[in-house]
Amino acid sequence: MQGQVAESVVGVAPVARARRRELAPYGLLVPTIVFMAAFFVWPMLQALVLAFQDSGGALSLEPIRRMAIDPKFLEAVRNTVLLTLVVVPAQVVLALIMSLVLMSGIRGAGLFLYAWAIPLGISDLAAGLVWLSIFTDRGYLNSVLVTLGLSETGFSFLSYEHPVSIFLCVAIAETWRATALVMVILLAGLQVIPKEYAEAAEVFGATTWQRIRHVTLPLLRPSLQVALIIRTILAFQAFAVVIALAAYNLPVLAGETYRWYGDLRNPNVAAAYALVIMLFSLLNTGIYLRALRTRDEQVGIT
Amino acid sequence: MKRLAMPLLLVLALLLAACQPGSQPSASKPADAKPADGQPPPTSGQASAAASKPADAKPAEASKPAEPAKPAAQASGPLVFLSSQFKPVEEAEKMRGTILKGAPVPVDFIPEDPGPFNDRISAEQQTQKVTISLIGGLHGDFAPMVEKKQLEDLTPLASKLNDRGFPAPFVELSRFGQQGKTYYVPWMQATYVLAVNKKALQHLPQGADVNALTYKQLAEWGANIQKATNQRKVGFPGGPKGLIHRFFQGYLYPSYTGSSGVVGFKTPEAVTMWQEFKAIWEVSNPQSANYEFMQEPLLGDEVWVAWDHTARLINAVKEKPDDYVLVPAPAGPKGRGFMPVITGLAIPTGAPNRAGAEQTIEYLTQPQQQVATLRELAFFPSTNAQIPADLPPGIRLEADAVQKQATAKDAMPSLLPIGLGAKNGELNKVYLDTFQRIVLKGEQIQPVLDEQAKILQGILDETKAGCWAPDPPSDGPCKVK
Repeated sequence: MQGQVAESVVGVAPVARARRRELAPYGLLVPTIVFMAAFFVWPMLQALVLAFQDSGGALSLEPIRRMAIDPKFLEAVRNTVLLTLVVVPAQVVLALIMSLVLMSGIRGAGLFLYAWAIPLGISDLAAGLVWLSIFTDRGYLNSVLVTLGLSETGFSFLSYEHPVSIFLCVAIAETWRATALVMVILLAGLQVIPKEYAEAAEVFGATTWQRIRHVTLPLLRPSLQVALIIRTILAFQAFAVVIALAAYNLPVLAGETYRWYGDLRNPNVAAAYALVIMLFSLLNTGIYLRALRTRDEQVGIT
Repeated sequence: MKRLAMPLLLVLALLLAACQPGSQPSASKPADAKPADGQPPPTSGQASAAASKPADAKPAEASKPAEPAKPAAQASGPLVFLSSQFKPVEEAEKMRGTILKGAPVPVDFIPEDPGPFNDRISAEQQTQKVTISLIGGLHGDFAPMVEKKQLEDLTPLASKLNDRGFPAPFVELSRFGQQGKTYYVPWMQATYVLAVNKKALQHLPQGADVNALTYKQLAEWGANIQKATNQRKVGFPGGPKGLIHRFFQGYLYPSYTGSSGVVGFKTPEAVTMWQEFKAIWEVSNPQSANYEFMQEPLLGDEVWVAWDHTARLINAVKEKPDDYVLVPAPAGPKGRGFMPVITGLAIPTGAPNRAGAEQTIEYLTQPQQQVATLRELAFFPSTNAQIPADLPPGIRLEADAVQKQATAKDAMPSLLPIGLGAKNGELNKVYLDTFQRIVLKGEQIQPVLDEQAKILQGILDETKAGCWAPDPPSDGPCKVK
């Protein structure tokens, strides 16, 4: 429509310009699309094919079968799902508290932000090693326990004999490592919520809790959605922290994928594992998108 | 709230900068992150591959000076020596700084994990852009390369080196069953033995000879130690980079079933074997599931009796030779199974500097270098090199134990799995998974063996690998009985 109007009023040359302007965004998108296609879509399709090939390259369900009969497979699925169920909600709650504290305008909020964001700057393997030095047999935690006389020789937190404590150690380390990411997303979301809503609620005598529950949280929904999707997908890919703390004592899907590809030299079974991770991620993203569906007009931002 | 905007932006920038590369390098070195048991990070292979790369060039450069580098003139840069051995940084540095220091041509020694090691060789062969001139690996590493015709025939070189006195069985193995061909020159050998802290000797069971133990006695010994010290002090390298799978393949299975771990995998003898091993595990330090190099827990006094590769025990006996004795591995009902490890030097097809590689092979098989390898890295000569009397006491202890084990009346040598190529890791996983399910998780033995046997058979059928010693050669793939 606009093009037509422009044509009738101004003539032919500007039409070309207008069309060029319409095409410009696509031109700008091309590098991204090429990049994504070359480095994400194409490898993903290759991996998909790999998962259904035997070692000779013929189509086969062998990799899937091999994965399914592997004693570590169900364990890895269980651990990954449990880890996600424990870590993600903990992170969202913590991050929400942290960002609300930052937004409350207390003194030194900037300092808190820097301190809380430190884990963002640390590679996940380094984070794993930091926690390893805490939880290991002669680590900081055991030194403290022994010094305080709470334990004689310390507790083997990471021994295969204590699967629950391995799991908790990994969950704590993962929570520490990635809560900051959720916080940054939620904080950004909180900052764009107009103050007027909260002020209006206050005028009507809403308590702090009521304001958070009925004003802030609903308006924060898009940010929560993004944070949940990103964190859940990343949780399914948990790898370095688990490897650092538990090695293969706590099999997880990403760890098994790596193991099959790297140590066991079987890219087909590795691709099958990767496929499972992808399916889980897709499934979850779908659930979140449905469950936290937002009406743009209700929120006022898109 | 504006004042939060700047920090937030900074934080986001930080996130972008840190997250992306952070996940990549970590993927390349997962197990490195796991020190044996929380000991201060590791003397052994723990620096990342990335970190060791820059270091590669320097020692090789440093090793140039005195040598006339003429023979290498046709190739550009130092000769590339890819090795599946000596990956731990400490060992690699000894190789570069000491053993290859006087090499006739400048050598760039690059040790790799089995994965990248095989990848690089096959990638270079497939693209015909060969940069590697010399390969150092296990006998089993070479089997798939021979099959794919990726190695040069070294027969002329081998006959030239006749005076080195390679043991006949090694020479036979290097032919891979093809008369008139030689695919590698024996480089060095090693094996696995028991290291014993002398404090443990007083708890030996009645009538047991520490140089001729049985597995039953080992269990009893561990129990005695536990009774006396209230600690479990037997140890195995069951961590991610540990070699406990070799214990099952080359020690327990042959000792109990008289066969390699394949034919006898789920026999009634194997069930007895796992039962008795569970008894040993009960008196073993629970950290055995994490140990990688037993020298560390031995020195830390966490473990008194440890089974491991000689190269992974050497630091303990070198540091405190008076504290330890080294003895042959225990025996089972069928004999004293043990696994000699044979390594060789080979030249890939189309090597850019074949002459330099041959000179380096000649150099590495000279008595001085063979003895230096023993002294520095605890790998034993594969030649008739005279072992000098002035060896450090720790090394002499090992040399004695290796000899006692090989010459024991009931000795039963068992080879590393052969012909599995890239499936080697999966084969090892069968034993590790079996161990974890039966011993660590306490599952029923026979059903686990039956299930794992199917996986094992699948691997053998796929690779068509025949049986290996102590089993007689098979027609077609080796079969689980």
